[in-house]
Amino acid sequence: MKTTLLLSGDEAIARGAYEAGLKVAAAYPGTPSTEILEYVSQFPEVDAQWAVNEKTSYEVALGASIAGVRSMYSSKHVGLNVAMDPLMTSIYSGITGGFIVVVADDPQMASSQNEQDCRLLAKFAKMPMLEPSSPSEAYTMTKMAFDLSEKFDTPVMIRITTRVAHTKENVEIGERVEVADKPFVPNAPKYVMAPGFAYKKHIALEAKLLEMAKYADESELNTIEINDKSMGIITDGVAYLYVKEAFPNASVLKLGFTYPFPDEKIKEFAKQVKDLFVIEELEPFIEEHVKQLGIPVKSKDISYRIGELNPTLVKEIIEGKTKVEKPANSRKPVMCPGCSHRPVFYALKKLGVIVSGDIGCYTLGALKPLEALHTTICMGAGVTVFASMSKILGSNKVVGVVGDSTFVHSGIEGLIDAAYNGTKGLLLVLDNGTTGMTGAQHNPSTGINAKGEKTKKLSLEEISKASGADIVEVIDAFADNLQDKIKELMNKDALSVLIVRYPCRMIDRTKKPLPVFDSSKCKNCNACLVVDCPAISKNKENKIALDEYLCVGCDVCVKTCKFGALTKRGNE
Amino acid sequence: MDKKITNILFCGTGGQGVLTASEIASLAAMYDGFHVKKSEVHGMAQRGGSVESHVRFGENVSSPLMEAGQADFLVPFYKDEHDRLISYLSKDGKDLVDDLEQAHLKCENKKFVNTYMLGRLSKYLNVSEASWLKALEVGFKGRFVEENRKVFLDARNDK
Repeated sequence: MKTTLLLSGDEAIARGAYEAGLKVAAAYPGTPSTEILEYVSQFPEVDAQWAVNEKTSYEVALGASIAGVRSMYSSKHVGLNVAMDPLMTSIYSGITGGFIVVVADDPQMASSQNEQDCRLLAKFAKMPMLEPSSPSEAYTMTKMAFDLSEKFDTPVMIRITTRVAHTKENVEIGERVEVADKPFVPNAPKYVMAPGFAYKKHIALEAKLLEMAKYADESELNTIEINDKSMGIITDGVAYLYVKEAFPNASVLKLGFTYPFPDEKIKEFAKQVKDLFVIEELEPFIEEHVKQLGIPVKSKDISYRIGELNPTLVKEIIEGKTKVEKPANSRKPVMCPGCSHRPVFYALKKLGVIVSGDIGCYTLGALKPLEALHTTICMGAGVTVFASMSKILGSNKVVGVVGDSTFVHSGIEGLIDAAYNGTKGLLLVLDNGTTGMTGAQHNPSTGINAKGEKTKKLSLEEISKASGADIVEVIDAFADNLQDKIKELMNKDALSVLIVRYPCRMIDRTKKPLPVFDSSKCKNCNACLVVDCPAISKNKENKIALDEYLCVGCDVCVKTCKFGALTKRGNE
Repeated sequence: MDKKITNILFCGTGGQGVLTASEIASLAAMYDGFHVKKSEVHGMAQRGGSVESHVRFGENVSSPLMEAGQADFLVPFYKDEHDRLISYLSKDGKDLVDDLEQAHLKCENKKFVNTYMLGRLSKYLNVSEASWLKALEVGFKGRFVEENRKVFLDARNDK
């Protein structure tokens, strides 16, 4: 009997890879790609690993391939940037066992710091790229990608977007097929990318790209659907589904094996239709290539390079319109009730210091009303940007903030840099015992691996000392002296690391005695609203109200009330 | 099978069970043999931001997202989000906002509000009760099976 599951694109990729004989998978969590490794970690046949960062995960997965087994790397788009160094050269060396590189772009930036289009990176790196439009295609293409990888001796990119990664659909699954390990035979011209060897590999790579282009022309993943010939649309990824929804009668060239481009198929399609359009999200990647082939094609307005598409926007593009940006009217995200980051940002706000921040839930400290985080660029920059700002603006005026997982990802190097180059001042490591933003994944500092097994635990205290911090202290996030301690360490002539420790609400949901709210003492001064807690808000009568269902009794709000309307239980 | 696609828009804020509810509705439709697509539009939703979940099912669904004016059902878990997304409801669409008030009156434990809303929604859909009950069990991962079943059936059979 066939089994059908409701799978997300991420889960479908994991399932497809598992059935294709996957033995090693490595990743660092990042929305929207996190669930790929989470899903694959359930299978005992697969050595699924959370890596320190994307560079190490890429190399771990590549190493497994070189050793002869089928392996997979997965990350979000900005994660791939971190892995670009090994990626670029692995395209020259090639693989032993099939190796797939899954990258999830995030048009519309549901949870990202930029909107880069990784299709351009496939071209830049000279690697083949497959683009599923749905979970069921993601499942099928993943299996095909391993064969393609071994056929052409190359890593293969599977490029998805948030809308493919997180859409769920019926997927008919199959059985795992074991694949024999391939022998690793020492071969310096293939595996040692020193200049002389690499030069010859580049020559071979250019020839390989031409061969792959021929293969793409014949691939069943690139299909021509002829309907009404007055309008032809070339499209890829999820944009194909929006085209089918918006223009069910149009003729379509659907690209699934997008790079190297199937030139002959593009030319053949263009000949058959009158008006030719390209519908693609983000950059004009396909459009520019079609133009390069000398084929006239209608361009989308540059405004549609921003954000994701949908059937309505596809209609607008065809009509030649310019996108009108609508003001965001959705609720902003906030730290959870009881979040251990809240007391930290309340203290930083009161101290009025400049905060160099990083990527994690604590980035929310930048938003109103807290507004106590002033820079966020990429993973790890909370430490390095702090190192410079502290030197230039004064170590008693700037603090750095980084989470436990981000510190391990690429903050440690920044701390070594800071110590080595004489930075003074305070770095806060917010250790909530998990990778919170992506939904509570483990990392080396939790001492639990991707399979949920106990493993060696990285001590944040010891690594901070070893990196060169003069003072390393640990404090409870809800300690009464948190603000004083931050002030004290900022004013020392030393490089200090203060580890602010308290478990994330996602891993410890205990509710403490709730504070007492005495509305008769409340002056409606709104001081308690500054901590931006979902449990405190204004009710319909415009009066402060405490939601006892949401409140978990962290008592941060108590510190804000001068009138005794909010008090610790037992102190009222 | 009917060619028509049924469009359901669930909405609320992070932590209200919007995604669990839309998952259960999707599973129920899938168990009855429909092609289903479910897709969320949210930012950092688990941090209390807006969550909207598009569920579309029929013989063959293309786009994972519906367009404004296409929703056959609007299932809100939070009044403000309902007001924000009302333009998605089709002219003949069914708005379950009144059922939300009922749900809060009937469910002493707010944890079951989403199950109650599913019970109300189920009255209007061509999906078998057996599929709904199986989907409830799978969707809640076997937690509070009896309680959820009771809340669901009470809401489904309530006038």
